[in-house]
Amino acid sequence: MEDIKKGLVVVAIQNGTVIDQIPPDKLFKVVSILNLDTLETQITVGNNLKSNKIGTKGIIKISDKFFDPNVINKIALIAPNAKLNIIKDYQVIEKRNVDLPDKIHNIIHCANPKCITNNEPVPTLFHVIDKENIKVKCNYCEHSILQEDITMK
Amino acid sequence: MNQSSFVCISDYSKEKILRILAKAAEFEATPNRNLLENKVVATLFFEPSTRTRLSFETAVNRLGGRVIGFTDSATTSSSKGETLKDTISMVSNYADLIIMRHPLDGAAKYASEVSSVPVINAGDGSNQHPTQTMLDLYSIQKTQGTLENLNIFMVGDLKYGRTVHSLLIAMSHFNPSFTFISPDELKMPEEYKQFCYEKGIKYTEVSELKDISQADILYMTRVQRERFLDIMEYEKVKNIYTLKNKMLDKSKPNLRVLHPLPRVNEIDTDVDENEKAYYFQQARNGVFTRQAIICDVLGLI
Repeated sequence: MEDIKKGLVVVAIQNGTVIDQIPPDKLFKVVSILNLDTLETQITVGNNLKSNKIGTKGIIKISDKFFDPNVINKIALIAPNAKLNIIKDYQVIEKRNVDLPDKIHNIIHCANPKCITNNEPVPTLFHVIDKENIKVKCNYCEHSILQEDITMK
Repeated sequence: MNQSSFVCISDYSKEKILRILAKAAEFEATPNRNLLENKVVATLFFEPSTRTRLSFETAVNRLGGRVIGFTDSATTSSSKGETLKDTISMVSNYADLIIMRHPLDGAAKYASEVSSVPVINAGDGSNQHPTQTMLDLYSIQKTQGTLENLNIFMVGDLKYGRTVHSLLIAMSHFNPSFTFISPDELKMPEEYKQFCYEKGIKYTEVSELKDISQADILYMTRVQRERFLDIMEYEKVKNIYTLKNKMLDKSKPNLRVLHPLPRVNEIDTDVDENEKAYYFQQARNGVFTRQAIICDVLGLI
């Protein structure tokens, strides 16, 4: 009985993408980065679930949606240890880690208030200069930003 | 994006730097050459900078080109709210080259992406001012006969001073040793020290301008009052970083004193007569260096 209840916490999906091991305080940021609010397919969001690995975690299950790696990898900025599961016919056909891309287009703000991107309608572009410690550098003003100072657009 | 733009000092390799400096020497020997005949150059100064603008416009005029532009954004449509993109798109229809100064960091890079003609960065906020660095290098090479293995002392505001940051990066090709002399509040930022460390460049940090006996180049910068949160701190340090003529007595004969100008009180006027004072010639070198950069950007040399 206990097992059945546990199993019901987050339902399985037939086809789609599961993003697992998201730190709870980052879950809704992930939702926003991936623009999940505009999707019309079935989405299950769970947060503060028990995790053997990170204590508590968030999980997102998106039915019938397979993301372009360039899109899904954006979440590495805030949840570098999140795990991706690609589901087809209830089977996990691919399991992988998110991988920070070399360039980040127009999803984060530059932390420098005097940067042109904060003063004119200019899309931001950042170069990832340190994947391990998550450090990015503005293509325009050349300021470096560390993970803890990253803010999303 | 226009590939030949010159926006950032790290756009230039060691070979490119040396090639431009060699061309600058040719322009010093023969400044008046009609290489820009029938060319129109736009100088877009979104914030005033008389020295830089006159230097660039002199360079264009000596090359026989014509200049259009503005000296202050108050007189342009950007004061009406026109975006930088629109201004640049419009001007790149008129001119063969854009030279721009802008108060915001990264403006030149962005302009080079939207412009159909090359852009030369004449200073974007506190970010880059690469032609200043090139004229600094030209002055160092001219006075020392080489750029290799020199002892460079940087003095003053090393935290916010973009000229010292760019000079540090450009000199990194030439095996320098650095001495950073600044108050605690204005120390060389960690990322530049890390850069030196990674490149195997020796540096020392001191807080007083005292022993300059080993210096080949003394690069002075202005310690600005507005950089200090506590005005008492400024009053304490402002005179420690003033160079006086007698301090040059024990310096090496080849030492030259450089300063990007304008100077306020960080170099006593009695230093001006010393043959080691080089800051006014340094400014003159800016014209030749900019002639070389303009011709290179336009593919004329």
